[in-house]
Amino acid sequence: MSSTGHSFRPSAALLRGVAAAVLLAGFAAPAAAQSLRIGLAEDPDVLDPHQARTFVGRIVFTALCDKLIDVTPELKFVPRLATSWEWGADGKSLTFKLRDGVKFHDGEPFNAEAVKYNIERAKTLPESRRKSEITSVASVDVVDPLTVRLNLSVADVTVLAQLSDRSGMMVSPKAAAAAGANYGAKPVCSGPYKFAERVQNDRIVLERFADHWNKAAYSFDKITYLPIPDSTVRLANLRSGDLDIIERVEPTDVKIVKGDANLKSAAAVGLGFQSLNINVANGDRSKNPLGQDKRIRQAFELSLDRDAINQVVFEGQFAPGNQPFPPANPYNSKEIPIPARNVDKAKALIKEAGVATPIQVEVTMSNAPRSQAIMQVIQSMAQETGFAIKLKATEFATMLNEGTKGDFQANQYGWSGRPDPDGNIHAFVTCKGGLNDWKYCNPEVDKILDEARTLADPAARKAKYTAATQILLQDLPNIYLYHESWIWGMKKKIDGFVAHPDGMIRLENVKG
Amino acid sequence: MLSFIARRLLIAIPTIILVSIFVFTLQKLLPGDPILVLAGEERDPVVIAALREKYRLNDPLPLQYIAWAWQALHGNLGISLRTNAPVLDLIAEKLPVTLQLAAMAMTFALLIGIPAGVMAAVRKGTAWDYAATGIALWGLSIPNFFLGIMLIFLVSVQFNWLPASGYVSLTESVSQNLRTMIMPAFVLGNALAASMMRHTRSAMLGVLRQDYIRTARAKGLLEPRVILRHALRNALVPVVTVGTLLFGELLAGAVLTEQIFTIPGFGKLIVDAVFNRDYAVVQGVVLCTAIGYIGLNLLADVLYVVLNPRLRTG
Repeated sequence: MSSTGHSFRPSAALLRGVAAAVLLAGFAAPAAAQSLRIGLAEDPDVLDPHQARTFVGRIVFTALCDKLIDVTPELKFVPRLATSWEWGADGKSLTFKLRDGVKFHDGEPFNAEAVKYNIERAKTLPESRRKSEITSVASVDVVDPLTVRLNLSVADVTVLAQLSDRSGMMVSPKAAAAAGANYGAKPVCSGPYKFAERVQNDRIVLERFADHWNKAAYSFDKITYLPIPDSTVRLANLRSGDLDIIERVEPTDVKIVKGDANLKSAAAVGLGFQSLNINVANGDRSKNPLGQDKRIRQAFELSLDRDAINQVVFEGQFAPGNQPFPPANPYNSKEIPIPARNVDKAKALIKEAGVATPIQVEVTMSNAPRSQAIMQVIQSMAQETGFAIKLKATEFATMLNEGTKGDFQANQYGWSGRPDPDGNIHAFVTCKGGLNDWKYCNPEVDKILDEARTLADPAARKAKYTAATQILLQDLPNIYLYHESWIWGMKKKIDGFVAHPDGMIRLENVKG
Repeated sequence: MLSFIARRLLIAIPTIILVSIFVFTLQKLLPGDPILVLAGEERDPVVIAALREKYRLNDPLPLQYIAWAWQALHGNLGISLRTNAPVLDLIAEKLPVTLQLAAMAMTFALLIGIPAGVMAAVRKGTAWDYAATGIALWGLSIPNFFLGIMLIFLVSVQFNWLPASGYVSLTESVSQNLRTMIMPAFVLGNALAASMMRHTRSAMLGVLRQDYIRTARAKGLLEPRVILRHALRNALVPVVTVGTLLFGELLAGAVLTEQIFTIPGFGKLIVDAVFNRDYAVVQGVVLCTAIGYIGLNLLADVLYVVLNPRLRTG
């Protein structure tokens, strides 16, 4: 749908040439009109579902690589390449029935053998980033060509959610075996669009896969993803008509999109969270009142007016929160409301703890304008209760490194979120959690969260997560602040787009 | 002349080795661990260990450098940690884009800067001079990123004349290529035109005071001929040298311009690589840039000698 905007006077010879080209190309001519151009906020990394790690990469995979199951905006699992699934009686096996007649882009058949190959590749490829996601899968049995069973080492209901994302994306065994770790240079999957071309930092082009099992639901012939990191430039491209859809519109730019007669916007609160993380036991830098006394952390939380932060910095476009699960998530507990700002109570807690004010706190944050803006608001709010916050802006790679080494007092960053509740909490707060940079450790929390992994009944699981969250909100190693919304901008004629909390751009039934 | 060039080339070799060692060590001093970034949000320890092994990050630094240099001598600059693409391919893909951008920007700079400079010098002290100097001052002071965004809003969003950003290669479509490159080239050439104008103006003023110009006028030559044939030719000598050296500066300016206009060139490649701690790419790109700079300096030296043979032994 990009217009080149040329005006020229065609000569007769040129017209004859064009006519011949159209005849030769057959149906290729209308194809050009049926292309969709999507502006991404970053350039994806390697296009191998087993090696990939970026959020934008997943957006491309949504069109390129079908997965076993998908997840709805309400976070229910629905069939994709698997038509149904069933848990074993002990919760230690998961059997999938597979869709018949599915082909990979190279013509190879999709079947139980292919699933086995994929799971094994995800578990064994040295460069695989999926190992921790499916660590409980011990082996894979091919029951018959269209039935496959995953045998788990422990009961683990979170596997299903992992298979609704990159761990469940199926690559062509033949292509993957031939290319090895270099598979990402020319990915071959079974999604509605196949890989055509990639110019790093410039574009990724996909073309319609004529043999897709659900091809009628996809109306575009060509999808071009263009990474444009600057949000202003991305929006300018949408407004000038060079792009059809853009992701991650800045909350402060929503009014521009709404004010443009040719555009519209869509939004969904994401699956993740943004939090202030306090070093409670990771080395010497945890040895300070904020790290050692939970009353000081509680006082800090009571200094915050989350609603005001959302209004001031994000023009009310995001969702304030105090739990790892966003408000609309089924695992968000309504029994734990967001505490209102209470300066008097905060001061009383500090007095009770016997700590002299102002309490010096250094908060590390990313040098992105957004983090700086929220931390400045928090800085002024906490000042009133007796905290003197020093802000240290650093670039993301450095912040990560300092985090793992324990070289921080508190830091502010977020998590993109997972459809299964376990993915938003377990690794951050369990004693041996891989993302627990603050080294919070409470055996009771560990026990509750480990049990929650084994329960198939959502109500029973929710009770566990609520119990864990209640303890965490007392101990407060993390002060949850807000949940980001995914905001898309698009041309008004784009029809059928569903705003999804996982931030993906699903092209099924999208027209325009 | 040949021995002069050969001598210069010999001096270039240790320079390149020093630059590569410098960049290699400096990168490792950067805070932040590339593997932590590469391991993804989950930071799986098994993945981290495997990646460290694969990219030899557990080896002592000198060993890492020697391994890299040995491969580089054999034409292998390694692969990008981020996308697995060979660094040499990335450079071959991005360098022509930036060179085109720089060449177009230079053309803008010459077309605007030299005539403006000549005019300002010839009409020194008049409104023309002040106007040209004023515009030059504006060009020097307006930041690239600001001018870029403003142009995008005006030319692309308001009038819809040119695409806001992006890139189409010359082989794909020449007209589309020019449509995407003209705005960034103008932005990049703008500041350069300003300094070009200043240099031309002062060189011209110097030349116009010379005796032979007076002689030319005295023998009745028409003023345009005096200015263009006699004065400008001599005034251009320092301008050409400055221009060659500014070409290097252009490559630096391209970093920012490419970011704004999302042009997949050298500048964008290196900025992304630094932020992702993509060591192999940074190393390869810097090596190429160093070689390019050394080449340009050599060119400038050769030009000096051609213009002034007395420098040959110096």
